[in-house]
Amino acid sequence: MEKNKALSHEFTKGLLKENPVFRLVLGTCPTLATSTSVASAIGMGIAVTIVLTCSNIVISALRRVIPDKVRIPAYIVIIASFVTVIQMLVKAFVPALDVSLGVYLPLIVVNCIILGRAEAFASKNPVLASALDGLGMGIGFIFALACMSTIREVLGSGTFLAGIKDLLQVFGEVDFNGFTIPWLSEHPMTIFVLAPGGFFVFGCMIALANRVAERSGRKCAELNGCGSCPMAASCRMTGEEGRK
Amino acid sequence: MTKELLAVLLTAILTQNFILCRFLGICPFLGVSKKFDTAIGMSVAVILVMVLATAVCYPINQYVLVPKDLEYLQTIVFILVIASLVQLVEIILRKYLKSLYNALGIYLPLITTNCAVLGVVLLNIGNNYNFITSIVNSLGGGVGFMIAMIMFSGVRERLETSDIPRFLRGLPITLIAAALTSCSFLGFSGIVDNIFR
Repeated sequence: MEKNKALSHEFTKGLLKENPVFRLVLGTCPTLATSTSVASAIGMGIAVTIVLTCSNIVISALRRVIPDKVRIPAYIVIIASFVTVIQMLVKAFVPALDVSLGVYLPLIVVNCIILGRAEAFASKNPVLASALDGLGMGIGFIFALACMSTIREVLGSGTFLAGIKDLLQVFGEVDFNGFTIPWLSEHPMTIFVLAPGGFFVFGCMIALANRVAERSGRKCAELNGCGSCPMAASCRMTGEEGRK
Repeated sequence: MTKELLAVLLTAILTQNFILCRFLGICPFLGVSKKFDTAIGMSVAVILVMVLATAVCYPINQYVLVPKDLEYLQTIVFILVIASLVQLVEIILRKYLKSLYNALGIYLPLITTNCAVLGVVLLNIGNNYNFITSIVNSLGGGVGFMIAMIMFSGVRERLETSDIPRFLRGLPITLIAAALTSCSFLGFSGIVDNIFR
């Protein structure tokens, strides 16, 4: 009973309490870049979740085999192999997603959520807990991307779930291809799908998350220099004042 | 030819700025832009690694991966090449250029997992640039990175002393300031097309 509770905690903590994007501030680059439309955001989220879960499983299984000194390169190789697999699958089955994600699909390799979880969790915990941690964090990432991209797509192009057909066609023929929002689609606030809108919406979401966190008695999301970076441990620069 | 290269350079610096338009390398942008000198150190290291990584990855792709039909291995090969390259540069600097190492050394390990470096290599190949154009594009990307970092370190120094609503303090206001900085780069859109084409 106790064990089940601990395992379910590993899964649920990534959803809200330790949401990788809003609370741990990891993986900002893909969050900002792929949240211009809900369809591509969800596609990216699913790809990251698969890579994260698989790499967590493998890294956790090999945690006693990998020597401590070369662990980061070893993790990178494992992650890169799974990214290559995902890249091939996406190219074969969802070519439209490959086009809309572009260079950000191979860049999952350097996504700090994956390396961060490998370093902070999978390298110290058994396989099942690591798998659940990866899955929970991945779903938290999908959730964060979905929030961001809903705001940006609705305000910025006046549609919702546009282009979802390309994702759903994996499961067979579908006619559904999103909604058009009446007035907004004629007068979209294009700035929201451009780069500044991404930074702005992300800033507002973090402020909101901080507010909610403080209400429930937790600390605000902090950006402590490079503290959130997975390389921090192997790097001599800890925080901004780390220059010694 | 020169005109084309100039167009690629200006596109990489201004209209397609790596940080503010393409969202590559946000972590160092938010992490080490608090002070002017750390911003400079980081950007110089990024420029160096970006150009070197392109110079090494381009021939590997062109003469090893493409002839053997191994393009699908690009991601793995490039990230490994970049990781070992960064280590090598660190060792060489430590041995022979001590003063440069003291200035840049601490930033080098951070750059291994920087998406701007892998991003520029992949973008060069995706755009089918030749060797010279690739180098120019990387250089432009690095210089654009530097400009954005320097501008933003100035903005952040101002933020330190201003009175900000409680929940916007820290990270949220930094991101909103980044949004405004990024707005200023939108002003450059179209400039390259109008000058060169």
